[in-house]
Amino acid sequence: MTSQPKTLLTIITEGVLENSLIDDFKRLGVIGYTISEARGLGTHGLRTGNWRKDGNIRVDIVADSDQCARIVDQLRADYDRDYGLLMYSCPVDLHG
Amino acid sequence: MPFEPVVFFFVLGAAAGLLRSDLKIPGSIYEFLSIYLLLAIGLKGGVKLAEYPLGEIALVSLVVMVAAAAIPLIAFPVLRTVGGLSRADAGSIAGHYGSVSVVTFSVAVAFLSKRAIPYEGYLIVFLVLLEMPALIIGVILAKHGSGPVRWGKMLHEVFFGKSILLLSGGLIIGLIAGPEGIKPLDALFFDLFKGMLALFLLEMGLVASTRIAELKTYGAFLLGFAVVMPLVAAVIGALTGTLVGLSVGGTLLLATLYASASYIAAPAAMRIAVPEANPALSIGAALGVTFPFNIFIGLPIYYWLAEFFHGLGVSVP
Repeated sequence: MTSQPKTLLTIITEGVLENSLIDDFKRLGVIGYTISEARGLGTHGLRTGNWRKDGNIRVDIVADSDQCARIVDQLRADYDRDYGLLMYSCPVDLHG
Repeated sequence: MPFEPVVFFFVLGAAAGLLRSDLKIPGSIYEFLSIYLLLAIGLKGGVKLAEYPLGEIALVSLVVMVAAAAIPLIAFPVLRTVGGLSRADAGSIAGHYGSVSVVTFSVAVAFLSKRAIPYEGYLIVFLVLLEMPALIIGVILAKHGSGPVRWGKMLHEVFFGKSILLLSGGLIIGLIAGPEGIKPLDALFFDLFKGMLALFLLEMGLVASTRIAELKTYGAFLLGFAVVMPLVAAVIGALTGTLVGLSVGGTLLLATLYASASYIAAPAAMRIAVPEANPALSIGAALGVTFPFNIFIGLPIYYWLAEFFHGLGVSVP
């Protein structure tokens, strides 16, 4: 089994930002991402997700650690002040 | 009964939410219902649109849009000076109140059909026309001299968001198909309309209940604003409707449109264009207070206003 070390970056933010994030990813050269709908509680209150624009999204990106760092810096600068934004990453083995 | 029975579904939804029932309308059903309502309203308007000369509609539309611009321009200074809100919050709320609510309009249409009061079918065009200008005014008021605005993304959200897209798409399809061509779709889009509206209101009640619980944090000013502003706007609407020669039914619908506050399209657009504004304030006021106020108490008042102004006999030929 071949595998290579990568970084999994998970971003949890407001659903309304989805299109903006996709544009940012393109600009930052992200090759792939996975977006799913999410709900939960955080410092921006309860996000029930029972309303399209009231919900959160969860974005998973597997990339090199440098690229993940660039994404984190960019998103923090653009959105962290005004929007709910939670980002975390961990090392993963990419298979195949 | 002074109001249309479908509004009780809103009460049921709100009660379910407040009582922490496990009732939840799945997201995909909510999406379906909103697509259905927007298309049905658009189609209904399109079929009627063919009956009126375009020149007349264009002129009336222009007057209606200019008069509607007064609403955010009145709301903003009140929110700033009396309410002491930040520029961003005041601009965002002013935009919400200047924009319109499709569901409130639908309940007003049901109110008229229950009483067999006729109205100009082309009023649905105003739903499309009135949604956006107030949002732009709100953003300009909110952002004046304070950094760049993501206009491109915001306008894309408004123009190509589903509400304008489906309303205007339905209008065009209805206009092309005409009353005969649309007949095969009548059973789905017209006969089932009130039932679907009832289900949608159930969901609105559920969502509103989460806002009602937050009401105490908004303060007395915003609660008062959420009741007084629609009344002021309805007076402007009823007067404008009478002046441009709409029927009593049409005037009631216009007053309702002016009185209504957007809580679906506006929050998304404002979140993008004025992110520093607190969305809980504007959605809470628009959905938690103004929407129920309009459908329970507002409509009979706006009907009375429409009859009152018509009784004065003011009109511009």
